[in-house]
Amino acid sequence: MGELRLMKGNEAIAEAAIRAGCDGYFGYPITPQSEVMEYLMAEKPHERTGMVVLQAESEVASINMLYGGAGTGKKVMTSSSSPGISLMQEGISYMAGAELPAVVVNVVRGGPGLGTIQPSQADYFQAVKGGGHGDYKMIVYAPASVQEMSDHVKLAFDKAFQYRTPVMILSDGAIGQMMEKVELFDPIPRRTDEEVIAACPWASTGRPKTRNHNIITSLDLDPAGQEKVNLKLQEKYRMMEQNEVMYEEIMTGDAEYLFVAFGLSARICQKATDIARAKGIKVGLFRPITLFPFPTVQIAATGSRVKGILVVEMNAGQMIEDVRLSLGCKVKIEHFGRFGGIIPSPDEVVKALEQKIIGG
Amino acid sequence: MIMEELFAKPDIRKPENIVYRKSDLMVDRPLSYCPGCGHGTVHRMLMEVIEEMDIAEQTIGVSPVGCSVLAYDFLNIDMLGAAHGRAPALATAIKRLWPHRFVFTYQGDGDLAAIGTAETIHACNRGENITIIFINNGIYGMTGGQMAPTTLPGMRSSTSPYGRDVELMGHPIKMTELIAHLPGVNFVTRQSVHTPVNARRTKKAIRKAFDIQKAKQGLSFIEVVSNCNSGWKMTPVQSNKWMEENMFPFYPLGDIKVDGKLVEKKENE
Repeated sequence: MGELRLMKGNEAIAEAAIRAGCDGYFGYPITPQSEVMEYLMAEKPHERTGMVVLQAESEVASINMLYGGAGTGKKVMTSSSSPGISLMQEGISYMAGAELPAVVVNVVRGGPGLGTIQPSQADYFQAVKGGGHGDYKMIVYAPASVQEMSDHVKLAFDKAFQYRTPVMILSDGAIGQMMEKVELFDPIPRRTDEEVIAACPWASTGRPKTRNHNIITSLDLDPAGQEKVNLKLQEKYRMMEQNEVMYEEIMTGDAEYLFVAFGLSARICQKATDIARAKGIKVGLFRPITLFPFPTVQIAATGSRVKGILVVEMNAGQMIEDVRLSLGCKVKIEHFGRFGGIIPSPDEVVKALEQKIIGG
Repeated sequence: MIMEELFAKPDIRKPENIVYRKSDLMVDRPLSYCPGCGHGTVHRMLMEVIEEMDIAEQTIGVSPVGCSVLAYDFLNIDMLGAAHGRAPALATAIKRLWPHRFVFTYQGDGDLAAIGTAETIHACNRGENITIIFINNGIYGMTGGQMAPTTLPGMRSSTSPYGRDVELMGHPIKMTELIAHLPGVNFVTRQSVHTPVNARRTKKAIRKAFDIQKAKQGLSFIEVVSNCNSGWKMTPVQSNKWMEENMFPFYPLGDIKVDGKLVEKKENE
């Protein structure tokens, strides 16, 4: 068993980065995720593992530092919250286009605009549908516990390098701030420069006489060439859809109704499931863990066995579009959401199930 | 004797007799720059320095968005193409993650002095141990000759067709003088490449910058005032003359900061 610690979600992100062998973290303070960089600075990772931690002048600079580090094959990460992540969209698009591996953590707060510093899930569309310009996708993980904040960092680095793609961890202010028990994974040593060069022959690490120069870019002025780049990216996204889907089902075996929720909403729905079952309502929970690739097939299989589905999100209705695309008109699907930083109570969720699905 | 006959003589083709040749670090392909443009010369000076120092294997370059967006196609070293204005952010991360590599950015005036102002100033102020090469031709060349942050007062461009009116459009920015006042910056100079003498001075400045980087003594910032004969709508010869008469008085050539100390201006200068 790994080391057990009581930690904030944001601290778990930071500790997991050090343990995952991250080479560089570049960030800019923003509530509710500032503890990530604070923890890193306090931990002196430059002494622990040789990891670079740098406070940048803006989120725009952070994401471009990521682009620079990733382009040399190093394991790099940033974290921010919604307004900062909006500023990073250009850089994320460039990294998707140049096929660069990196981990971006969004500890979501309510928007639009400066919005609020309270938790929200209103960045689902931005994370899953592209966010920046051009046809691209990222693998998006939605942790629902502090434990998963840690586990998903390790996983995100693995997948970022496996597919040469930016990967996002879509968390929220509540999971970032709350403290839970975490079982930390054993540290993975940082790669040496020689190991990076061997593992990433595509990276711009300095051209030895034995090979041509490497160029990291998302530019191809020839339309035929750029279409090829796009086709290659799309092929990669199909591979992710086939191989990277993650989800969790709770009490769906005998369920007549279904909650579909991710992240913090799924935690609330778990409690709502207990309350509803105590009242005799047979409800289960389907929790997508990857938001892209979305568990379309799995939701369709479970969802087509129930009488109605309530999609619960801390937004005005975003993931519900993907649930509806998965199931078509086969089953009644309604949305329950609170937004602007309000976290719904389990009782509210049960009431919504009764009114919108069972009684509706 | 004509050149072909001269070259046919084997004893003439000795290394010590070669006075001009293409650096092996220049990729053997035609440059995408307009004939008469200074970019090609700066590329060459840069590659000659890297070749002479024998550091091609340890050098990572960052190209901008602008006319030199394709610099990576011409320079036979590992490169990254940055988003518009962000080259110093890339270079910061690269140098910190690969402290034993030589890292440079190559940027135009729109890239460095407009959209990338924040990244430029903060990389300089942190004293990143990198080299920034800044090509200032007072215009957005690639997009078709629009007004740049460095366009001179009264100078015409496609978005200042009656000349830059500083009341309406603001003043040109002297980034290099501004950068020189930041404590993390070791060496700041302004050069040109429009004559052989000037090109040699530019090369010397680039060599000095890489030596400073090798000694881990902080950031070097080299501005090269250059022409844009296409954007300025002149012949190359006219544009160089115009540059001498108009650009140099506003952007005077010479060292601005050496060994971390501002160069004192002489009286009556």
